[in-house]
Amino acid sequence: MPFKIIASQCTSCSACEPLCPNVAISESAGRFVIEPAKCTECIGHFDEPQCVAACPVDGTCVIDTSLPRYQAPS
Amino acid sequence: MNAVVGRGRYVEGSLDKMMRPTAEHRGCGTSVNTGQASCRSRAAHGELPAEIWEKVKKHPCYSEGAHHHYARMHVAVAPACNIQCNYCNRKYDCANESRPGVVSEKLTPEQAVKKVLAVATIIPQTTVLGIAGPGDPLANPEKTFKTFDLVAKAAPDIKLCLSTNGLALPDYVNTIAKSKIEHVTITINTIDPEIGAKIYPWIFFNHRRYVGIDAARILTDRQLQGLEMLSERGILCKVNSVMIPHINDHHLVEVNKAVKSRGAFLHNIMPLISAPEHGTVFGLNGQRGPTAQALKALQDACEGGVNMMRHCRQCRADAVGLVGADRGSEFNIDRVMKMDVKYDPEMRKAYQEKVEAERAAKVAASREGLAEFAGEMSEITVLVAVATKGSGLINEHFGHAKEFQVYEISTSGAKFVGHRRVDVYCQGGYGEGDRLSTIIRSVNDCHAVFVAKIGGCPKSNLIRAGIEPVDRYAHEFIEKSAIAWFRSYLEKVKRGEIQHAQRGDADIRYGSLISAG
Repeated sequence: MPFKIIASQCTSCSACEPLCPNVAISESAGRFVIEPAKCTECIGHFDEPQCVAACPVDGTCVIDTSLPRYQAPS
Repeated sequence: MNAVVGRGRYVEGSLDKMMRPTAEHRGCGTSVNTGQASCRSRAAHGELPAEIWEKVKKHPCYSEGAHHHYARMHVAVAPACNIQCNYCNRKYDCANESRPGVVSEKLTPEQAVKKVLAVATIIPQTTVLGIAGPGDPLANPEKTFKTFDLVAKAAPDIKLCLSTNGLALPDYVNTIAKSKIEHVTITINTIDPEIGAKIYPWIFFNHRRYVGIDAARILTDRQLQGLEMLSERGILCKVNSVMIPHINDHHLVEVNKAVKSRGAFLHNIMPLISAPEHGTVFGLNGQRGPTAQALKALQDACEGGVNMMRHCRQCRADAVGLVGADRGSEFNIDRVMKMDVKYDPEMRKAYQEKVEAERAAKVAASREGLAEFAGEMSEITVLVAVATKGSGLINEHFGHAKEFQVYEISTSGAKFVGHRRVDVYCQGGYGEGDRLSTIIRSVNDCHAVFVAKIGGCPKSNLIRAGIEPVDRYAHEFIEKSAIAWFRSYLEKVKRGEIQHAQRGDADIRYGSLISAG
């Protein structure tokens, strides 16, 4: 289950973009999106998902429950 | 006020000769424009070297004397922030220090440079480029430093300036020094982590979100460390503090001492802006800002520490023009990108030389007014409000004033102590009754209002509120006129014609502060 950005909440502040260890976050026409295939929920990189920890508006970077949980390579 | 730092002593030539007697006459702790700043800075910095005077004399934020004459601009290239403050709602940008609002434009570094050149060409008073957000410039290091580097190449005569919350500061001190940034503002609201926990719900540091006292401790340590590192490198530091009643108001005297001992050059205590409609934590939980009297009392209590800044207008992160007269709306990026800009440093230099001559004339005029008081002493001090468009003159109509500058007058002189933003009373030729009562509330602590012109209705309302409307000094110098008026006031008190009484408190207007644009 990768993270996704709720567009209506996002202030387009860009705080999350440079922090993503997988370069999964990009901006297009002023909106920020997370590419699900690249998101690893920061497992193996950091203690906390960086987009969630840095986002100024709580509840904006959330788990996308429609997709399967990320499996860290063993 | 502050920058006039050392004017009396350190500047060579005629300005020096003019200022020295003024400073001696007023002595320490009485004057904003001259004596006090001069004494303070000597206390804090020893003999202020000429290069520091050079750095501040044309900086409208570092110098009360310069803010009538020189303009600054901010470019909003830094939208991300690494901390959360309870007075800021990031959905609508930071209300207290920079509020570009929801319609603000976030610029790329390339767009920002084009805008700087356009503004500097059209407004030749522009001397300073600041990056102040709308987030934290050091949380956006790539965009921030790229913008500075491009501007330094394209317009080397523009001074560079940065405003930060300080969390990332220690990591970037070397980069700041290399980028030829001469001025840095750090927002330090507290040095006590327990108080900090009430102001900052979280910080993002070293890839983690910290909350509570841990977060506040990290932030405070980093801010003070950053301030020390900058001072060691000779970069001038201003400290901003937001005054939050019952949370950090009394504590700010301690903050003032702490930042002074770490080399801060100027301390700017600003009133909290907190209206429920801003959606900030403080706005929603009923935390209100201070009254004008409380703010002034705190600023006065900090006198004797770092130079106090009293002319801050809490500008937006995209402010353009003279402080207090924002022209940001003339420079939206679509318009700027279409402009054919021919940047000419020589034209700017010639213009600024003219401004310097004007400043010298103002200084001479205020000294002339002061000489009249020699030998006279009185315990009475009063506040007066002045409608001005700048240049140190009483040159604005009451009905057109967007703000009033407040001076405290005593037999030691006239001292600038602040400003009050108001909604313009006269719109399309008609006065607005509701606005009149809010204007009167915002200058309710003043004994007189100096204007270039005033209509019959506001005149009688002011008199009824116990505030004397004074239009006989139209287009004359503020300080000289205020002192002349004060002399006649004292004479009337002496003759028993009027009874001197202290006035009540005044409101600080928040709405108009942030909607300016």
